[in-house]
Amino acid sequence: MPSSISQDVAKAGTFKPQRSFADEIYRHVREPFPWLIVIFTAVVGLAPVVMDDVSLRESLLLAAVYVTLASNLNLMIGYAEYVNFGNIVFFGLGGYIGVYLATSWHVNLVLSVLAGGVCVSALAYLFGRGILGLRGAFFALATIGVNEAIHAFVTNFEPWGGATGIYLSMDAYEPLGGPMSGLWFCYYLLVLVMGLSLLLSYAIKTSKFGLGILAIGQNEDAAAVLGVPTPRYKAIIYAISGFLPAVAGGLYFFKSGIIEPNGAFDLTTSIEAIVMIMLGGAGTITGPVIGAFLYEELRGFLLFSETFSHLQLVLAGALLLIIVLFVPGGLLGWLRARLPWLRKWLQ
Amino acid sequence: MIGILASVVDGVLVGAVYGLAAMGLTLIWGVMNVINLSHGAIIVLGMFVVYFLTGATGVSAYVGIPVVVVVGFVAGIIIYWMSVNRVIGRPILMSLLATFSLNMIIIGLATAAWTTSPYNVPVSLPGITVQNYTFTGTHIMAAIIAGAIAGILYLFLHYTRPGKAIRAVASNRDAAELNGIPTRQVLAMAFGLGVALACVSGALIATLFPFTVLSGGAYQLKSFVVTVLGGLGNPAGALLGGIALGMVEGLATPFTPVSWTPIIEFGLFVLTLIAFPRGIFAFTKA
Repeated sequence: MPSSISQDVAKAGTFKPQRSFADEIYRHVREPFPWLIVIFTAVVGLAPVVMDDVSLRESLLLAAVYVTLASNLNLMIGYAEYVNFGNIVFFGLGGYIGVYLATSWHVNLVLSVLAGGVCVSALAYLFGRGILGLRGAFFALATIGVNEAIHAFVTNFEPWGGATGIYLSMDAYEPLGGPMSGLWFCYYLLVLVMGLSLLLSYAIKTSKFGLGILAIGQNEDAAAVLGVPTPRYKAIIYAISGFLPAVAGGLYFFKSGIIEPNGAFDLTTSIEAIVMIMLGGAGTITGPVIGAFLYEELRGFLLFSETFSHLQLVLAGALLLIIVLFVPGGLLGWLRARLPWLRKWLQ
Repeated sequence: MIGILASVVDGVLVGAVYGLAAMGLTLIWGVMNVINLSHGAIIVLGMFVVYFLTGATGVSAYVGIPVVVVVGFVAGIIIYWMSVNRVIGRPILMSLLATFSLNMIIIGLATAAWTTSPYNVPVSLPGITVQNYTFTGTHIMAAIIAGAIAGILYLFLHYTRPGKAIRAVASNRDAAELNGIPTRQVLAMAFGLGVALACVSGALIATLFPFTVLSGGAYQLKSFVVTVLGGLGNPAGALLGGIALGMVEGLATPFTPVSWTPIIEFGLFVLTLIAFPRGIFAFTKA
């Protein structure tokens, strides 16, 4: 009967699944993937302690920063398919705000870096409402412009030390119990930020909001027609993708003991993050992690080898070109096309 | 007052060279929707070609310009077949990364060969003095050459068969192919032409300022600003955009410290992108 069908349809239209927050959490806890993230984070965090190896800590610290940058950038490039070339501006600006609050105002380090993250996200949201009206290449160019404008501004901004930047004295580490324990503290926090980045990528991918973002990536006009509030969603994902990199920036520069404009707003690092994503596989959660670790290893090897140290840039460029031309899905895309069972375990 | 005027005029002269660089970028964008991120590296290539040419043969830098055009054109064709050909029509990220990877390769090789120490091309030309302000001869000459090349490009695009083919492919590639135009070769030629323009602008910049292997980045960013001011894909707009940028720089110099110029430039850039995504000088139909 047509009338009963239409009633069914009407019922189905108004039906809303009553899922409590606990159900929602349980749905994820049953999945293997979030646990993999937790285990991975714990292993990275504890490895240098167990092995009692400071140089391992330094290289893992850099890797954690790379993973944080790559996986948050992946929210834009892989999910929403908006090419953000100036993503390093989050890292640099968050670093400046965090370090400035922690040194000049003697605010607690954790609060300072969180404040950096909140400020950067708020700025990104406001800014995103403006520049995210641009599509494709226009947006990519605008992000470069934003990074360069802020770079030039900070270079001239005297309270932040202008072109010379901010140097931390040894006293800055006193609240953390001296420089040694301060470094370990920063390391644990950075690894935590890395783990949170991965969980964030997972949470967004499995949420309704994430579905909207992925739809924008597939076809923005179609998504808008189907009721995805595209301008708001784009601004939100832009703001979210800025938060954890900004926090990581604060921790990283606090740990380094110096922050200066050329190091904080380096476009090359921005592009390196894109290389990591491409290497691992854009749009996946595991891909940027694999890419970041591989790139960190490769970079270290090229920098320290006798024959290749001059040609580091050349080889990295050639690698990128080969990926772009022949393996656009990255390592993970390539693997998953051959081994479909990997999809459940490596999302 | 005359000081400000002189500064603006000098800015316009240098701006014409920026415009030439941006024409290369915008031509490639207009024809194949590819933003050439190896643009800066190409500009540096032009600088070094003219440096070694004048060093080896002792001829004036201006005599070397045709050689630079040929080198640039050939380099452009090679780059096209190496990296651009496969990414045309694919997502914008792919073409950005493909050209950027070439940028890394070229800069890496150039750094290994020539280090990052500064070079300069010695050119002596008499300047023109008005009251107590002197307009440098090299600036005037560079602007004249830039203008002439822009004129030649215009004539080429509008009155020759290959030029018309380029415009046909830019306007509708499928229709051009159906009409018997070998579009792939035309794209390669357009890319070569764009790269040649960037090379020549590099050669001209080398006669104005000292340069290093890494100078390209700054001029690439300036080219983006100019391109956006003039409207992406619009060569005539690019020249006007370049002159406008030069004027802004010239106008800002007497009032603000030099280090503030980039803030003004990039502020203008982002505002233009948001307010006039088609460019301020986009009077041709888009």
